[in-house]
Amino acid sequence: MPDGAVIEFSNITKTFGTVTAVNDLSFTVEPGRVTGFLGPNGAGKTTTLRMLLGLVAPTSGTATIGGIRYRDLPRPLQTVGAALEAASFHPGRTARNHLAVYARAAGLPAARIDAVLHLVGLSAHGGQRVGGYSLGMRQRLGLAFTLLGDPGVLVLDEPINGLDPEGIKWIRGFLRAMADEGRTVLVSSHLLSEVQQSVDDVIIIATGALVHRGTLASLETEAAPRILVDSPDRTALAAALGHAGIEFSVGRTGLLAAAPDAALIGHVAFLAGVELSALHRERKGLEEAFLALVNGGGDTHGNETGNASGGESR
Amino acid sequence: MTSFSRAIGAEFAKIGTTRMWWILAAVMFGYIALLAGGLSALFAGIESGAISPDAVGSGSQGLPSFGSLPPLIYSFASSIGYVFPVLLGALATTGEFRHQTLTPTFLANPRRGQVLGAKTIALFVMGAVLGVVALLASVGVGALVIGAFGLDPLLGESATWALIGRTVLAMAVWATIGVGLGVLVPSQVASIVIVLAFTQFVEPLLRFASLFTEVTQGIGNYLPGAASDALVGASFFTLAAPGGTAAAMLEWWQGGLVLLAYAIAATVIGYMVSWKRDVT
Repeated sequence: MPDGAVIEFSNITKTFGTVTAVNDLSFTVEPGRVTGFLGPNGAGKTTTLRMLLGLVAPTSGTATIGGIRYRDLPRPLQTVGAALEAASFHPGRTARNHLAVYARAAGLPAARIDAVLHLVGLSAHGGQRVGGYSLGMRQRLGLAFTLLGDPGVLVLDEPINGLDPEGIKWIRGFLRAMADEGRTVLVSSHLLSEVQQSVDDVIIIATGALVHRGTLASLETEAAPRILVDSPDRTALAAALGHAGIEFSVGRTGLLAAAPDAALIGHVAFLAGVELSALHRERKGLEEAFLALVNGGGDTHGNETGNASGGESR
Repeated sequence: MTSFSRAIGAEFAKIGTTRMWWILAAVMFGYIALLAGGLSALFAGIESGAISPDAVGSGSQGLPSFGSLPPLIYSFASSIGYVFPVLLGALATTGEFRHQTLTPTFLANPRRGQVLGAKTIALFVMGAVLGVVALLASVGVGALVIGAFGLDPLLGESATWALIGRTVLAMAVWATIGVGLGVLVPSQVASIVIVLAFTQFVEPLLRFASLFTEVTQGIGNYLPGAASDALVGASFFTLAAPGGTAAAMLEWWQGGLVLLAYAIAATVIGYMVSWKRDVT
């Protein structure tokens, strides 16, 4: 079984002309976990991954796999498997021949070709020209290329794009199995909901800069807590909150108070003699926390609540 | 196996797993066979007296003297066929950009200079293969027709076999020029237009025009097509010289070096301008 290796980005920056696509990004990705690399379209995810793979030269900074730059890896396909967004196939070549070309370049035995075609469920279509493939089949062929060298590190750019529900379910199980075998799995997406069922850690970037890194659970605690409170006599409740100096806004189902915990609000109401009909912590969705982060822009470097590399035990 | 020999193997696999090379080989064979067969029938017919000079329409004194007919016909393999290896090389290279296969290529072997070197070697061999196919058409069909008119096809002459060998070499170098052009102009459409316009129109005109003065004639010898003809040692072009005087060509080895210089210059500059740039 191949061993995972640590992926490390340190102060990596890429500028295209006057546009800064990736700005001083540093983070590590640990083996044995699925790490989601998230951010809106155009945030710089693909550029970052292409710099890791030696396809795009960084303006400054380094990206390494197990401490080695991709270009210096002695056996790249056997170390890192990558599936990038663009469909990179010659339409006139069969799937089997497509893989054979790169197996030849990497010095891999021909038996690997059938093995990976089987693994992604394309055994029956290996002799077919790729030009006739559906989007889902192309995604699977991209994945077959990724697995060709049985690498310990997997880098997948938007692998769920274009997959049908069955394919999405399959890839989730696949990512989990790969991480459980001890491999390093880095998977990018512009939608948190697409990957939240399969990732352990998240790295979130917006406009080329890091806005959050930590465990998936850390995202939830990210948003400022709010307490939903309601009373048959809302006017009295509002007055009591105002008197206690607690900020609040009026929502559809009650008042949303900015307070760290519900007990404080209950105490304020008790002192003012106001009857409560509802009192609970508002549960903010992961997606909302994610959106708040990426819309907040790249100026919140300080709010790391965890560390993707350290991680918290689940 | 070293990564370089694996890279060469991969480049051969790329060519062998698509249909382009044999489509080009088939079209080239038909084209050269038709011209070599037709023109050798015409010229051999005149020379042997089977066709009356009056039937050609220009009168007896207007006919060019073509010296020895067989080498001229045999040289069609490269003087007319050279566009095919250039196209093969250019398509093999620009296809990597067009189909975005540079991504898996550079993932499998991130040493880009090595990949380009491997591609050059693979295309050199494929160019030689096209050279053999082209000779099967020009020598095979040409000799048959010349022999049928009772003339000597000169197949026993060592000079003929030297021409055949140098034709294979010329076609091989032409394929690497195609690789160089492909990295210089990665747009496939632009590359094809340049190949066709230059080989079929621009260069013939330049070569013809350069023959009018001695100074330009010296420069014209360094055009790639002229260098190729010098390498091969015979050319249909010398027939077309104004006043019927055969232009002085470069020595065959000089022509070969000039051709090689074009290939190296295009490939090295192309490496700088496209091959080592970001793959996005």
